[in-house]
Parts: sequence; structure tokens; C-alpha cells
Amino acid sequence: MADKKIQSTTGLMGWIDARFPLTSNIKNHLTEYYAPKNFNFWYFFGSLAMLVLVMQIATGIFLTMHYKPDAEQAFASVEYIMRDVFGGNIIRYMHSTGASMFFIVVYLHMFRGVIYGSYRNPRELLWLFGVAIFLCLMGEAFFGYLLPWGQMSYWGAQVIVNLFSAIPFIGPDLSEWLRGDYLVSDATLNRFFAFHVIALPLVLLGLVAAHLIALHEVGSNNPDGVEIKAKKDKKTGIPLDGIPFHPYYTVKDMVGVVVFLIVFAVIICFAPEMGGYFLEANNFVPANPMVTPAHIAPVWYFTPYYSILRAVPPVMNSQFPGVAAMGLSVMVFALLPWLDRSPVKSIRYRGTLYKKWLALFLVSFFVLGYLGTVPTNVWGQLGDWSNGIAIIDTKERATWVARIFTAIYFAFFILMPWYTAKDKTLAVPERVTY
Amino acid sequence: MADNKMDKNDALSFSAPNSVDQDKRNFLITATACTGAIGAAVAAVPFVGSMLPSERAKAAGAPVQVDISKIEPGSMITAEWRGKPVWIINRTDEMIADLARHDDKLSDPNSDVVSQQPSYCKNADRSIKPNLAVIVGICTHLGCSPTTKMQAGGDMGESWTGGFFCPCHGSKFDLAGRVFKGSPAPINLVVPPHQYLNDTTLLIGVDAKAEA
Repeated sequence: MADKKIQSTTGLMGWIDARFPLTSNIKNHLTEYYAPKNFNFWYFFGSLAMLVLVMQIATGIFLTMHYKPDAEQAFASVEYIMRDVFGGNIIRYMHSTGASMFFIVVYLHMFRGVIYGSYRNPRELLWLFGVAIFLCLMGEAFFGYLLPWGQMSYWGAQVIVNLFSAIPFIGPDLSEWLRGDYLVSDATLNRFFAFHVIALPLVLLGLVAAHLIALHEVGSNNPDGVEIKAKKDKKTGIPLDGIPFHPYYTVKDMVGVVVFLIVFAVIICFAPEMGGYFLEANNFVPANPMVTPAHIAPVWYFTPYYSILRAVPPVMNSQFPGVAAMGLSVMVFALLPWLDRSPVKSIRYRGTLYKKWLALFLVSFFVLGYLGTVPTNVWGQLGDWSNGIAIIDTKERATWVARIFTAIYFAFFILMPWYTAKDKTLAVPERVTY
Repeated sequence: MADNKMDKNDALSFSAPNSVDQDKRNFLITATACTGAIGAAVAAVPFVGSMLPSERAKAAGAPVQVDISKIEPGSMITAEWRGKPVWIINRTDEMIADLARHDDKLSDPNSDVVSQQPSYCKNADRSIKPNLAVIVGICTHLGCSPTTKMQAGGDMGESWTGGFFCPCHGSKFDLAGRVFKGSPAPINLVVPPHQYLNDTTLLIGVDAKAEA
């Protein structure tokens, strides 16, 4: 027999605590989870990502009540939800806009992690769980985008599934296996529905739980990048710079939630398609396997990687290098904890060299993001001077710009061990500042 | 309580032998794990296999007949074969002559990649009849369907002599489906197996030797 637990609660809570660690969990994760007291607005985005996740699940459940995962009926059933189902248009726009908001919030959350060095020791695994969540989210967005069975859904899925066929040897069979047919068809739609509504959400929830457990094990980083656990009150053992997550940060996060919901509501009501960035015009045309729309582009959150795919030329009659570069451009984030050799974590104490590289990376991310939304001939052709230069295989200016920024994008990561070690850093304070 | 008085050694002594045969234990653990892994792998077969194209999907790829009597010279029609667009282009003499003039700009002017056309179409125009090109209208890059740009010049630049432009990633092809250098598409467009049943009827999917 185990010893009787020491328990301070009585009544109903006492009854529960004897059978389930409710009070201790509340203490461990909320009222006695000590977070640094110098969090700024960048720390809103983690909790906002959780809010959007809950909204996506809730709106998704209600959409599945009316949606038909069938190539003959899918497009019409989405329009039926939009026109005939009470509140259907709001629910659908919450879900489709929610996808874009999810990426906005997650990108900001990731950027926070980058600038404050939140991926550094001891938070490497926390960061890896985060990268896995990001990949899972990209999968969710991709599978979900096929479901309305519009032109952009169809051809987007066609392109992405064909990415796998570029893998040497197993590629063609692999993409056929993924589609369940020789082209994107009803079979593909049906399985993407299964991935979107059950398989990936389960994985996502598990990863989010792992992300939070890892976070609460190592404790939150902060804008100064100093470990608050290093300086504890001698009597209580509580970090001197820590404050309980609840009520301090629950209340703070509610401010973020209110601001976010205002922005979210305005977008849903006035610009749910966001000029073609959140929902593309071509997706209001039913899928037609015979005709690719004159201009196809992924939704904005995929465009930097899509630009990289387009920029890399084929090598030895194979488009695999482009596909590999695109895959790497996403996966490379996982390596950050091991690429960064700086003695400091936060950008506040880093030197100008790192800041210049980060600025270059941001510029290349945005330029590649923009170029991914437009055709490759957007900036016209190179002039006559380029005639006869062997290395110039295409005269499109935009392709060359994309190549240059692709190189910068990867240089940010590849050269990181060098420039972070060389950088002149400032002295880090013992305690957090605010 | 009695439980508390019994120390660790007492607990071991009355039920278990003093020595553990660690080799035997390791063997049993490994054998159990391997058996379990084999079982799991076998159990995965129907699940992984269920995602392959079904018998119904395989059966849907029958050959199609196309009436080619009404294609004006310089124009084309699109047929559907295995769910894919197949272009039938009626090339003018001028178009055929243009095909020979830009070999230096092509990645594979002689159609040396054998998987891209049946052997009877490995020729200068990649066709059975020089004027009629039969090409699967799916880009060899990532599977979009290129847009028809039959007219010379225009928004494709002055040197353009007619062909196809893939809107997804900017690959360019000539009127024989051969890819221009600098395109992300690595190889020429596919010429499907086909044959002419008579002067006005084309059969796509099976060639004269009945090779599908």
C-alpha cells in the first residue's frame, strides 16, 4: 500500500485530489508555474496559437456536419454551407481565415523564438517539438486546401503531390500511392479529408501537449535570454524574477486575445478573402483536371518555399534539387539550436553582425514570399547584355532575384556558426531587465 | 505495519532466486520485440496497401477514340485520356519548319530520353504524321497543364515561334512538346502510345503493336 498522500484540499476538491492530481496540476502549470516577469508583446503569440487551434477544431467540427468529401459534391457542398446553412458563411470564413491567422501567429511566435534565442540550451527539444508542430500545420493547411475542390485546390494538390515524384527511384510510385490514383481524383480528396479532420489533428494535439510539457519542464525564456532559475529566493525556492503564470499572464494574455479577436472579426466580416491572399479567386471555380488556371500560386504562407522551388534549376534532367531545396528551407529551422554559437541568447545583447544577417534573412523571406505569389515573368526579361553568357539559362529577372535571395536564405543558416561566434556581444545582465 | 518492516532483501528472498540469468532475459526480450515487430509490419500491409490505386481506378484507364477530321491547321483540340488532357495539334508546314530552327535552345532536341515517347515518335517532329502532334498536356515538372501559346511572338517574346507555357513554374515547350533550356521542367512532354485507325480517327492509349 502506498503511503497516504499529503493533501490540503477537502470537500469535492479533496475527493477529486485523492483520485486525480487536479490541484497539483493546476499548481504545476498555472498558479505555481513561474514565468519571467519581463515578457513583452512577443509573448502573446504562443497563447494566441492555442486559441486559433481551438477555433479551427471547433469550426472544423461544424463544417464536417455539412461538407461532403466527394469529388462530385465537395465544391457544391461548400457553396451550400456558404449560402444555405444558417451561420455557415461565418463558420466557413472563420475556418479559412483561421488558417491564415494560424500561420501569422505561428510565424510571429517562431520569430520571437529566433530573436530571443528561445531555441538555445536547455530548450532544444522544446524548439524541435515546435518545428514538428509547424510541419504538421503545413500538412493540415495543404490537405485542407484540397477539400473545397476548386481549381486552386486541385492544381495545388497536383503540384505538391508531384513534388514527391521527383524523389529518385521511389518517387513516381510514392506519389501514386499518396494520390491513390494516377491523378488527383475522388480517392485523393477522400483520403485528404481523413488526414485533415482526424489524422493530423490528433498528431497536432499530441505535439502541442509535448511542446507545453517541455516548456514547463525547462521554464520560459525571456527577452533578456537569462535563466531566471539561476537566481532563486533562498527560503521559498521561487525564482526572484518569476511571477505565477496565473493570474499574471493569464490576464495579460486575455488582452492579447481581445486585440486578436477584434482583428480577426474585422477580417472575417470585411475581407475574408483578403484580396486573394487568404482565399484565391480561382478557388471559386470548380476543379477541372483538363485546364490549369493561367496563374497558380499557393496561399501566402507557403510562397517563400514555393519561390525557392521555382528558383532552383533542374540538374541532370531531374527537378529533385529544387524539391530538395524547398524541403530543406523548411526543415533547416530544426537545426538552429546547433548552428547558433553565440555566447548570448537574446538579440538585445548580440552584435551588429548577427543583426545584419537576420535583417537580410527577413528581407529574403519577404521577397521570396512576394515572388511566390506572382508569375516568374513579373519583372520582365534581362537585357541584351546577357546574350551568350553560358551560366544564364533563363532571362527572367524575377527568377534571378529569387535565386539570389534563395542563396541568402540558406546562407543565414549555413554561415550562422561562423558569424554568431565572431560577433561582438554585449554583457548580459544577471537579472532580467524591463 | 508488517509491510514496512520487510526490507528489500527479504522481499527478494522469498519469491525470486538470488541470481538472474541476464542472458536469458535479454534473449527473451529481443525475441519478443522481434516477433512483435514482424507482427506489426504484417498488420501494416493492408493499411498501406489500401492507399494504392484501387481496382476501379486501374480499370478506368481505357483507350479513347478521337475524331481528328475537324482540327484546322494551326489549331488544336484536347482529348481526355486516363483523366489527363491530351493535345492533338494540327501543325502547319511553317510550324513544322520552325521546329528544326531552335535545337540549340532545347534541353533534349533529339528526344533522347526514351521514356518520354514511344519509339515510333522518336523523330524530328515527335509524331507519326508530321503535321499531327499527340502530346500529354501535363508538365513534366510538377504536373500542371501548360497554357497554349500557339502564336509567335506576343507576350512570350520576339523569338517565340509558338508552343506551350506552363503557368505554374514557367516551363516552356515547343510545338513538339520539347522543353526549352532554362525551364524547371527537366524533360520533354510525354507522347502517349497512339495509332491512327483511319484518316479521321485517332486512338489514344494503344499503339499499332497493341502495347498499352
